[in-house]
Amino acid sequence: MALQRNMDPHKCPMPSQDPAVRAHNFDEVALGYTYEMAVNEARRCLGCKNKPCVTGCPVQIDIPAFIERVANEDMEGAYRVLSASSALPAVCGRVCPQENQCEGKCVRGIKGESVGIGRLERFVADWHREHSTEAPEKPASNGRKVAIIGAGPSGLTAAGDLARLGYQVTVFEALHLAGGVLVYGIPEFRLPKAIVQQEIDGLKAMGVDIQTNMVIGKVLTVDELMGEFGFEAVYIGTGAGLPRFMGIPGESLKGVYSANEYLTRVNLMKAYQPGSHTPLLHSRKVAVVGGGNVAMDAARCALRMGAETVYIVYRRSMNELPARAEEVEHAQEEGIIFKTLTNPVEVLGDEQGAVRGMRCVEMELGEPDASGRRRPVVKEGSEFELEVDTMIMAIGTSPNPLIRSTTPGLETNRHGCIVTDGDDGLTSRTGVYAGGDAVTGAATVILAMGAGKQAARAIDEYLRGKN
Amino acid sequence: MFKIVRKEALNPTVTRMVVDAPLIARKAMPGQFVILRAGADSERIPLTVADYDRAAGTVTIIFQVVGAGTMELNDLPEGGCIHDFVGPLGTPSKLDGLKKVAVVGGGVGCAIAYPVAKRLQELGAEVHSIVGFRSKDLVILEDEFRAVSDKLVMMTDDGSYGDKGVVTAPLEQLIQAGEAYDEVIAIGPLVMMKFVSLTTKKYGVKTTVSMNPIMIDGTGMCGGCRLTVGGEIKFACVDGPDFDGHLVDFDEAMKRGGTYRDFEAHAREEYCNLLNKEVQ
Repeated sequence: MALQRNMDPHKCPMPSQDPAVRAHNFDEVALGYTYEMAVNEARRCLGCKNKPCVTGCPVQIDIPAFIERVANEDMEGAYRVLSASSALPAVCGRVCPQENQCEGKCVRGIKGESVGIGRLERFVADWHREHSTEAPEKPASNGRKVAIIGAGPSGLTAAGDLARLGYQVTVFEALHLAGGVLVYGIPEFRLPKAIVQQEIDGLKAMGVDIQTNMVIGKVLTVDELMGEFGFEAVYIGTGAGLPRFMGIPGESLKGVYSANEYLTRVNLMKAYQPGSHTPLLHSRKVAVVGGGNVAMDAARCALRMGAETVYIVYRRSMNELPARAEEVEHAQEEGIIFKTLTNPVEVLGDEQGAVRGMRCVEMELGEPDASGRRRPVVKEGSEFELEVDTMIMAIGTSPNPLIRSTTPGLETNRHGCIVTDGDDGLTSRTGVYAGGDAVTGAATVILAMGAGKQAARAIDEYLRGKN
Repeated sequence: MFKIVRKEALNPTVTRMVVDAPLIARKAMPGQFVILRAGADSERIPLTVADYDRAAGTVTIIFQVVGAGTMELNDLPEGGCIHDFVGPLGTPSKLDGLKKVAVVGGGVGCAIAYPVAKRLQELGAEVHSIVGFRSKDLVILEDEFRAVSDKLVMMTDDGSYGDKGVVTAPLEQLIQAGEAYDEVIAIGPLVMMKFVSLTTKKYGVKTTVSMNPIMIDGTGMCGGCRLTVGGEIKFACVDGPDFDGHLVDFDEAMKRGGTYRDFEAHAREEYCNLLNKEVQ
């Protein structure tokens, strides 16, 4: 049946909560396409034979195939295509930076807007969750044990793929709850925790065993897992690690948080829920330092926790913000003030040791640096003070030492990231694979998932060859 | 879920619990800590390991009831279960090779100082323990300390037991009297550790303190437990909790420690009101 193509140059806008309302609640901002919107948007896809969009997807979802099924109103069929490549489609549809990935390669984007691939992915995953009664199939076990360290996006993806192949997978999670950055970092209004939990429950139904409260490197070492505990291979997906600070005076004043701490208090420890026992300062004026997704999340959380004024302080310009375009737009709509080309040089405190402001300098962009972005340089005599009572540092992380310091022979680079061989994630230790932020330094959920996927394939090949 | 094998009150505000946690008991060393959550919605609380029994697979914790989190923990009965219990976290105290050590404990900090003293004695060191409490009612672990110490000095703030005064006075007297300690290990309130460090600095005696700042994950992820040590930012959970007392910025740590004082008081009150309602 030939379908009528939808030649509208614009993608169907995402229905979302009104900015003035959502700035004060933690409900999901983007509401998702309706059935009709999804089918119409899917009909914008040209079904290109060479599938440029797929080359932009770190987990190589067969995008035209799933979209074609949506266009034909076969939602369950579309879900089967998605879940063949992605363990967490409801998550990716919400948090992937699609504009730099699949949608960035979409042919429709040349003369208009790309197809809303991410929005369609989200629609299909949500539709499946709401309508499907099929229990996930539990694959026949091959009796071989694989350990996954870290129940974040990378580890969960590897766990799902390996479980599907019949491996007995145990995931070791340091915190009391599985999900990694999906539960401690990304806030409820961007990724509802019930959705993460449902994806995790799906993995459990497939036979994946998740052990919380297990800090590998402390409770057990990689060598113990592979020795007395009988795991034949290990995948390390331990995530980004320790928050960085700027090294400027005043960073230990009361009211200076790392974004990790602030987001963990709000999300994992549920400070956003009324009656929560999790302590959090009642901030009025907040500055978030940094320009990535984590900075946007922290700023928007601070607003929702009741702050009157929230600044994003970033040393480059709006054009260089590393955050996803949609997050920046949402933040602006909600009233976050972007102080770009600004860099803090000192946190100022009062007599009680609490933050009362920060001293900043203005920056201008000079020559491009090693990252290809124009290097910010200080503008002479531009010092000024910004009155804030809370400062949240979202300037990246450095790798966690717990695994590398307790795993002899595990090679790491000068930054402390685990060194892997090519795309397979094989480390310098036989049978030990790694991927995600623990290898790359802080990156995105989908890149971590892509690494988990490739490592799962490599682990399967290794174990089949080993016998 | 982690079963509470034994529970006893050591004094009106301090409780000892022996918890079934075989994997943690296998590895725990003095100076390390656990993070626990009493119930499914409780705060994460860091507590230093007070003792462990590798054969029985148990870990002992001793805690003072100060806030909503410790109240919830203290409400769990013997035979009941702690929802989450993870460890051993942090780096163990470095005790090997020490010949003569003064162990200084203050208040509930004695619960952490005791396993250090015990381990030192096992390693063959001469142990002088100086322990201080506010008053006689609050004294804990006296017999335990006596059993592992070559010398034990008991102090109370009000003089209701032992000698009257603070722990730095007998420590300074002992040093002046010529006791040549390889190291002084001080565990207690920040202000006590600060003054012990100031005292020993005068005599150039190496001093180790055990820091117990606000903490969430305990694995380095949040950075909430950061301290300034020798001008550098350190994370108590992965770099410590033991640090060189002569390098720690105690004044900053004391200010940071008070970040949530209002919130904690409020939460405690709320929790008590909740209990009152249940009782009514």
